[in-house]
Amino acid sequence: MSDLIALSAAAAAAKLGAGEISASELFEAYRERAAADELNAFTWVAGAAPADGPAASTPLAGVPLAVKDLFCTEGVPSQAGSRILEGYRPPYTASVVKQLQAAGATLLAKTNQDEFAMGSSNENSAYGPVLNPWDRTRVPGGSSGGSAAAVAAGLAPWALGTDTGGSIRQPAALCGIVGLKPTYGSVSRYGMIAFASSLDQAGPFARDVTDTALLYRHMTGAADPCDSTSLGHPEAIALPTAERLDGIRLGVPEELSGEGIEEGVLARFRETLAKAEELGATVETCHLPHAPHALSAYYLLAPAEASSNLARYDGVRYGIRAEGAGDLVSMYTETRHDGFGAEVKRRILIGTYALSSGYYDAYYGTAQKVRTKISDDFKDVFGRFDFVVTPTTPTTAFELGAKTADPLSMYLNDFCTVPMSLAGIPAISIPCGLSDGLPVGFQLAGPAFSENRVLSAAYALEQAIGFDGSAPRA
Amino acid sequence: MPDFEPVIGLEIHVQLNTRTKMFCGCELGFGEEPNTRTCPVCLGLPGALPVVNAGAIHRGLMIGMAVESTLAARSIFHRKNYFYPDSPKAYQISQFDEPLCLGGRLGDVRIHRVHLEEDAAKLIHVGASGRIHGSDSSIVDFNRCGTPLVEIVTEPDVRSAEQAREWLTLLRETLRQLGVSDVNMEEGSLRCDANISLRPVGTTGLGTKTELKNMNSFRFIERGINAEVARQEAILRDGGQIVQETLHFDPRTERITSLRSKEEAHDYRYFPEPDLVPIAITSEMLEAASDAMPELPAARAERLAGLGLSADTAHLLAFRPELGDAFEAALGADAPPQALANWLANEEAALQVEPAALATLVGMVERKEITRDAGRQVLEKLAAEGGDPKAIVAAEGLAAVGGTDELSPIVDAGLAANPDVADKLRGGDMKPIGVIVGFVMKETRGRADGGAVTKLVREKLGL
Repeated sequence: MSDLIALSAAAAAAKLGAGEISASELFEAYRERAAADELNAFTWVAGAAPADGPAASTPLAGVPLAVKDLFCTEGVPSQAGSRILEGYRPPYTASVVKQLQAAGATLLAKTNQDEFAMGSSNENSAYGPVLNPWDRTRVPGGSSGGSAAAVAAGLAPWALGTDTGGSIRQPAALCGIVGLKPTYGSVSRYGMIAFASSLDQAGPFARDVTDTALLYRHMTGAADPCDSTSLGHPEAIALPTAERLDGIRLGVPEELSGEGIEEGVLARFRETLAKAEELGATVETCHLPHAPHALSAYYLLAPAEASSNLARYDGVRYGIRAEGAGDLVSMYTETRHDGFGAEVKRRILIGTYALSSGYYDAYYGTAQKVRTKISDDFKDVFGRFDFVVTPTTPTTAFELGAKTADPLSMYLNDFCTVPMSLAGIPAISIPCGLSDGLPVGFQLAGPAFSENRVLSAAYALEQAIGFDGSAPRA
Repeated sequence: MPDFEPVIGLEIHVQLNTRTKMFCGCELGFGEEPNTRTCPVCLGLPGALPVVNAGAIHRGLMIGMAVESTLAARSIFHRKNYFYPDSPKAYQISQFDEPLCLGGRLGDVRIHRVHLEEDAAKLIHVGASGRIHGSDSSIVDFNRCGTPLVEIVTEPDVRSAEQAREWLTLLRETLRQLGVSDVNMEEGSLRCDANISLRPVGTTGLGTKTELKNMNSFRFIERGINAEVARQEAILRDGGQIVQETLHFDPRTERITSLRSKEEAHDYRYFPEPDLVPIAITSEMLEAASDAMPELPAARAERLAGLGLSADTAHLLAFRPELGDAFEAALGADAPPQALANWLANEEAALQVEPAALATLVGMVERKEITRDAGRQVLEKLAAEGGDPKAIVAAEGLAAVGGTDELSPIVDAGLAANPDVADKLRGGDMKPIGVIVGFVMKETRGRADGGAVTKLVREKLGL
């Protein structure tokens, strides 16, 4: 691996700023690797370094960035992993991508993903599955599987993903990198092709916590006038420096850290808790009594919103259109039949049903109440604890095809990550060791807008864990 | 068989005259090149998000105030899901169970609710007929898509087609004077649906209703309602049942056709729009709306009637605010209110005259210092050149020929010049007296009072 690729993004930005390396040299080093990718991590790779790159004086000074396919990028394919948007090149760029470009990031590639971010293995992409760089017979997780695999394999210094129920944290865990799902509303959703609007949140993937903080710093800031649900962040994001966790109270929710979690994962989780105590933290069991209902609520609310968000893909204005249909309704149905994959269709059906007249209160209404209860559970716990910690996923990366026939077992991947999504709170996954040679993720969640504290605690743990993620980048 | 009475509720869609669309920054327009007022938001492109137009909320609040609604402190948008090419997101952002304004009243009709939503795109059916059936293809113009709409829903308080038309006229004038909409039915900025049912006179229940869609003139609304009431009455008299359905009235053929039945009705799967935060109405927003409220026609008509105007005149001046404004500006001088209002109502030139000059002129006519005819001449001059009516009367010698002394010789001359007329008058046939009056008017250039001339003629002929 070249010295350039070995640099962290923060280090690369510093060298670019100081003129020690050139942006085009760095971009080309990554571009060559990305173009030769064997993991199917990308759906588009830049043809050349941008002729008119960002100034060395910008904070990111030209560090390349991989972006999940579902972020709209002007003139560049943005297909959200779906055949229905095959060849779609938007006329505008997502706010967060624009913001990062203004800060000096350059667009290296668009990354593969589960179709419309629906999936936990990246096997639902219309553009083929992504392979896990730690073991190419295994999945990278999803839905932001391409972003996670690309960063883990050193095909990109860092990447943007989105997390609706775990789509950043789960693939970060399965690929042995860091992934942050920020507070809902702290990053603009404008230009992010929607899955479930009240849950979707953009976030960074990086090799370490420092790079994660640096990328997130330039994703948030002020509220975006184009997204009325965006709030920005009340404070500037600092690069973490803490080495200790003195006085930090970690709560381990009994509901999310026992049954159903693989033994190898639990072992690494417990070792990490021991390290946290060594750093001065206290660790205690806590309770999120409604968390076991989170998945059920999530799999009503997210499909309900999705059934509406995805209704616009009708073949009238963009994307594919079924040819030869005799009338309007046939054109709609044939286009959507051809354009959507099985999982997307399943969720559209579930969501349409949940919103139907006569069923709304029983399904959507009840799920909203559960969501409120879960949010209240977290508020309650954060009265006594600084953070809630869990294993990020119940298992390490599983084999390709292992769960495609069983949607419920696939959905269980999100068991530990969905509660935080429903509560809208920030949660980070950091690698905490290997189990049978595969990475294990440690999830740490804090109250809304506590990203600086979350990143700080994650950094201290990261230093103590000393995870070596260089293997898949070789 | 009982007599039936119609029970009618109205739903009115009003395009607001904001500068930009409901949820994006595209400027509103009418008649531009198709698809030139669009952006990712109003085209429903993947990833685009709506942001509420504050000007639309402001206008919605003004309408709510005008119809005495309860203004909700908090209201939310819902998605109304349906597939059609005029709806690029496949849902309309509308309001459902938490609208901007609840309840209220305008004139003799109670208001159920007032809410905000967005307009759909315009479909153009290409082919001979211009209608969807038999067209070769349909194309979409998204310029209108996302135009802010207010939907006003009344309670079923309307009892006749005529009442519907009258009430809609009041509503349109109210909206016009609020300045919130162009209220132009031909351009579609005001559209009306009617929910119609019949019930036996004397009962209070509600019969099965039908919905008459999208009638684009007050005349068609009146005719459409009458046609539907007749259709329902015929069915009920035959012992039949009304089927709940959505109907179309064709004003050319006077025919009513079914668009869809209850079974075919959409399940819109309403749910709260997750892309928009709730609207929280602040005291500043309420104050701004309240400050922008003009006096509304119904209130003005009442106030003007209180000044001694007849109900008809008060109504006219209230519904034509330019007349009302001129009236109120001229009031207070020496002209009696009803006379002043009559001049404004009957003389086009009156609007072009300085209010004080108009009042002076009307006062002079009322005191018979000049005749009505002379008054009109002065009015024309005032409208064309301005100036002081008294000075014009003096300069033009238009003062009324007042005394018998002055008129007497002229009347004599008139009778002498028309001996046959004089004979007929003496014989009791008063019809040709106009000839004598006309003679005197001509001689005096209209300065003589017609009544005085007639009286004089009678005296002279001993009648």
